[in-house]
Amino acid sequence: MSATATSTFDVTTSWRLHPRVSLRPEPFGALAYHYDNRRLNFLRSPDLVDLVKILGDHPDPRAAFDALSLDPSRWSSFEKALAALAASDFLQPV
Amino acid sequence: MPALTDELKLGLDAPICLTWELTYACNLACVHCLSSSGRRDPRELSTKEAIGVIDEMRALQVFYVNIGGGEPMIRPDFFELVDYATTNGVGVKFSTNGSRIDRERARELAAMEYLDIQISVDGANAATNDHVRGEGSFATAISAMDELAAADFGPFKISVVVTRENAGQLDDFEALANQYGAELRLTRLRPAGRGADTWHELHPLQEQQVDLYHWLLARPHVLTGDSFFHLNALGDENLPGLNLCGAGRVVCLIDPVGDVYACPFVLHDEFKAGNVRDEGGFAKVWKESALFTELREPQSAGACASCGQFDACQGGCMAAKFFTGMPLDGPDPECVSGHGEHALANVGVEMRPISTNDHSKPVRVALSKTRV
Repeated sequence: MSATATSTFDVTTSWRLHPRVSLRPEPFGALAYHYDNRRLNFLRSPDLVDLVKILGDHPDPRAAFDALSLDPSRWSSFEKALAALAASDFLQPV
Repeated sequence: MPALTDELKLGLDAPICLTWELTYACNLACVHCLSSSGRRDPRELSTKEAIGVIDEMRALQVFYVNIGGGEPMIRPDFFELVDYATTNGVGVKFSTNGSRIDRERARELAAMEYLDIQISVDGANAATNDHVRGEGSFATAISAMDELAAADFGPFKISVVVTRENAGQLDDFEALANQYGAELRLTRLRPAGRGADTWHELHPLQEQQVDLYHWLLARPHVLTGDSFFHLNALGDENLPGLNLCGAGRVVCLIDPVGDVYACPFVLHDEFKAGNVRDEGGFAKVWKESALFTELREPQSAGACASCGQFDACQGGCMAAKFFTGMPLDGPDPECVSGHGEHALANVGVEMRPISTNDHSKPVRVALSKTRV
């Protein structure tokens, strides 16, 4: 885990789901497993699952929020969730 | 948003932590063996059936499986099965006593991807370890660690069941792990399998539980498999982990003959949900069995409902209660508030369940001892 990833999450660049991460649908969203660092993460909303799937297709996370028509009042909580995923290497900069 | 643990209690679409015991055969006869292993069961899953189980895991997206036994490396198709799993997206962590890890096998293991190894020791020296695991077993485990290190396997795990005899050696276990660049894993002694007969003498004392709780709090990197959540009632701070009984909800066990149990600590008919050989296979057992459906329903706090610590300890471990003959909706026999000790005193030996699944080797009794 790099030191920069833990400190801040850069919302101005493009991120994508790490290619070694698999998602398993669950009633609450999805279970994410990282085959390299063998960590598990719980994605606890279907919107968050949709978000990480399309993140890499957009120039930055906010463009992805827009594409999914996520209410701007929820953006900060999604940014927080993405930052946590990036900190454990589940997301990587494109 | 509901708490994560509340959602997990409703059960997942597939287990997170799936233990698969490949064989009941074992060269050791540890006095606390959860599965009363020793003799191979003639009904053991064939290689073809075992491959079928792995295919099911892949389809269910079970990302990794914890393989154990018995001694899993005794199976002649051990490497074939591990290789099939790891190349099909099912990572493997396996527990071994190390007796089958020589130079050549260590190299073979080091060359495989998505593979974790856990070497079991239950004492930081031969005297403490061998008392529980058998003569020479400490030297065997150390030799396996040496071979893995020499083969450059990378960080393996050293797995310790905390007992009354080794609870004072936690720093020594940590030093042993550091010496090999290994990860230390501590788990709770359960009164299951042969452990039902030895738990009463071996389970940690109350003061040892208190020390363990603080030792673990100071070392969040030490792995526990969420084993010790009953200790959370000791303080304001919870040990890292999910803090819930995952039996049939996020955890289960497949035994060598394909029987599916609610967790690795309840190999008893009462907690058998089905068999992977049944129509619909493992998936149907996991998703539809009556037992697992029941375990996913809201559980009563029972006698613990009036205790202020229930949120912290969740009433403890179902298996620990079951095998000591205590009600499942009462306190854990090792309840840190002392309720278990009190309740345990009222349970007669005759109230403890009789084992329904024993593969222990016959005990050889010296003739001279049988003559009067």
